[in-house]
Amino acid sequence: MKNKLFEKYFVFSPYFWLVLFFFIPLAIIFKISISVSEWGMPPYQDIFLFDNGFKINTTFENYVYIFSDYYYIGSFVNSLILALISTFFCLLIGFPLAFYIATSNIRLRNILLVLVVIPFWSSFLLRVYAWKIILQNNGILNVILLNLGITSEPLQLLYNQYAVIMGIVYTYLPLMILPLYGYLNKFDLNLIEASKDLGLNRTKTFFKVILPLSVPGIVAGSLLVFIPVVGEFIIPEMLGGSDRLYYGKILWEEFFVNRNWPGASALAFSGIIILVLPIVIFQILYSRWSQKNEI
Amino acid sequence: MKSSLIKSTVIFLGLFFLYFPILVLIFYSFNENKRVMVWKGFSLRWYNELFNNEQIIEAFIISIKIAALSATFATILGVMIGYSLVRIRKIPFKSFYIFLSSTPLVLPELILGLSMLLFFISLNNVIGFPSSRGQLTIFISHVTFCIAFVAIIIQARLTDFNKNIEEAAMDLGYNYTKVLYKITLPIILPSIIAGWLLAFTISLDDLVVASFTTGPGANTLPIVVFSKVRLGLSPEVNALSAILMFALIIIGLFYFYYNKKFKH
Repeated sequence: MKNKLFEKYFVFSPYFWLVLFFFIPLAIIFKISISVSEWGMPPYQDIFLFDNGFKINTTFENYVYIFSDYYYIGSFVNSLILALISTFFCLLIGFPLAFYIATSNIRLRNILLVLVVIPFWSSFLLRVYAWKIILQNNGILNVILLNLGITSEPLQLLYNQYAVIMGIVYTYLPLMILPLYGYLNKFDLNLIEASKDLGLNRTKTFFKVILPLSVPGIVAGSLLVFIPVVGEFIIPEMLGGSDRLYYGKILWEEFFVNRNWPGASALAFSGIIILVLPIVIFQILYSRWSQKNEI
Repeated sequence: MKSSLIKSTVIFLGLFFLYFPILVLIFYSFNENKRVMVWKGFSLRWYNELFNNEQIIEAFIISIKIAALSATFATILGVMIGYSLVRIRKIPFKSFYIFLSSTPLVLPELILGLSMLLFFISLNNVIGFPSSRGQLTIFISHVTFCIAFVAIIIQARLTDFNKNIEEAAMDLGYNYTKVLYKITLPIILPSIIAGWLLAFTISLDDLVVASFTTGPGANTLPIVVFSKVRLGLSPEVNALSAILMFALIIIGLFYFYYNKKFKH
């Protein structure tokens, strides 16, 4: 009997916290996203009106509004493209690095892992700031380019979409390397030898043996990079210019500048439905499946 | 031989890419000039100004306080979730439980921040609390999204854990609670510490959620730094990064040494 009480305490304390401080806030976003907006404070009407009998006062206008305006759709698409490109480059740089770390001898491997993790544990904001310094008009990259004679006057490297991609790839790279390493580490190196013995060349070994076996790591790393990048606000704000608008910036301005709470909530809730829900459902199904197979 | 050359080149270039920006940052922190990019001479001037900048010092103390408290709370709740998910069979609405404990991992910070802010405003309208936002609201938000990170570490550790040890202890007469406190928790202690450290770093580093839930008297370090570097450069921030990196490298070396000793 005592065990039961004890189990309940363990299950329900975090349950209570997360329902109160995570689920209810999400529900409130949804509620405000279907409220009628108005001038005032708060800038929306209640969804339940009681003055002349009970009336439900909801609208889907906020969703219609954001989905019919290219300003919102376009910036969401921009964010998806940005996330796709950044994930691709993280994979391109991260994969060989993770692979060679995983195949190093154990002494070197531990040193390399610590070296990869240190920048990741340092401040995110400061790592973005570092690129602001490097890409300045009189920054170190322009100095090198000028001295090599590649360009005769300083290039405008900062405040455009390429600087944003650079900053994202740099800050998110460890998030790609670590899960990749996790999977590649379990990988039996003899498989590579075996494939070579059986006559496959280097390229074929890579595409037929190494790559298929590292798919779970690639998926995990890509998700860890892709999803936060879609909602990224700080990097475009610090390194980006006005050439491209992104989802994070639009959401921020809709809330803080335009004071359109229902619109901002509709944007946020659409983001959850499009981006987060598919992954969460996949994860729940996967964990149920793996648990069933274990039992 | 050819392949080992490729290997060292890849590793060298990768590490160069990771460390070059940080080295540039540290290098310019020793620049005498107020204009960060124009080198005037070696000086420790900005370190001096950093330590005399009350705004930054105060923000640093607030950040450490919030991070330590929220990491502790998140670790307690996260351990409970990890334990429940692996060891307790009967969880009501289990899918919902998994949903609650894993979604914060993949939810963009911006959406989380917005939902927390709107929640606190609504709560204030209904029960008159919290009347203003500040350190308390940042703390609550940080606990909420750090729980998931701790839970996932603990869950992974407990899944690998040999259940026989627990069963043996029960056979030897330990009750449920005693097994937990004398066997399970001590064995997963390294993961608990790792979870706490991760939560601490995430909280310390968070800018977006804190910007939404902050209020008067609760400017955390990232908020202050962001306001300094959003539009331009600041030599004091360079000095700050140098100190932070130095501290991290020491922690990294310590970890490496400890880990090596631990394995032997």
